[in-house]
Amino acid sequence: MELAFYVAGAVAVLSTVLMLSRLNVVHALLYLILSLLGVAVVFYLLGAPFVAALEVIVYAGAIMVLFVFVVMMLNLGGHATRTERQWLTPGIWTGPIVLAGILIIEVVYLVRGAAASSSTGAIEPKQVGIALFGPYLIGVELASMLLLAGLVGAYHLGSHEATKPEIQHDADTHEGRADVSGDLVLAGTNQSARTT
Amino acid sequence: MFVLMSLEVMLNAAGLAFVVAGSRWHQADGQVMFLFILAMAAAEVAVGLALVLQIYHRFKSLDVDAPGEMKG
Repeated sequence: MELAFYVAGAVAVLSTVLMLSRLNVVHALLYLILSLLGVAVVFYLLGAPFVAALEVIVYAGAIMVLFVFVVMMLNLGGHATRTERQWLTPGIWTGPIVLAGILIIEVVYLVRGAAASSSTGAIEPKQVGIALFGPYLIGVELASMLLLAGLVGAYHLGSHEATKPEIQHDADTHEGRADVSGDLVLAGTNQSARTT
Repeated sequence: MFVLMSLEVMLNAAGLAFVVAGSRWHQADGQVMFLFILAMAAAEVAVGLALVLQIYHRFKSLDVDAPGEMKG
């Protein structure tokens, strides 16, 4: 149990250091996903299985997919497949594969041994839920408001690809954006684009 | 891009500290705080990646010093 904890922590720290020292974004993303998985195994060994599952699902599953999606979206071109083939040469993915193999062996060992050794000192998801919706209910409300603000902000930033010449002559070409004067942010950009 | 990824690492480290403290004193509060950090990281990454896309569309590069013309 102790050894498994130290191995998982070493994998997490090593993959984080390798992530920070990469020069290519996709290579760094591979190591970052591996670091998150290593931290998830550490959480499971610390007696927090709910948080470990959430780490894998939300961090490594959702946020990293967002990162990969943006990276793949940023270089859409004729040379995109060639660069992707350059990114995934065998010398690149052996490092993450080796570290992920260590983690998989460790998880299999833990799952096989979990039936024999009852997990002592684990904080069950039931306690977390009771604490979350009991004294921390106002925090849940604030988190929901924060997520709503993030949703609206991401939609506003990502919906219109506001390049400067498009904004300058959008009053006569795009009828859909004729009500720009009511939008404070767009009005500000319009003014700044006019002054520059 | 690397700024956002390093931000993820830092938030993850803060959450790890919370979970370790909660596991040390056998309280569920640490895990609750980790859930809040998780929600905050999700919202922050959505806005940050939208900003990255905007910067790339305007300046055709991902350099953080590229939008340096906005002074004052």
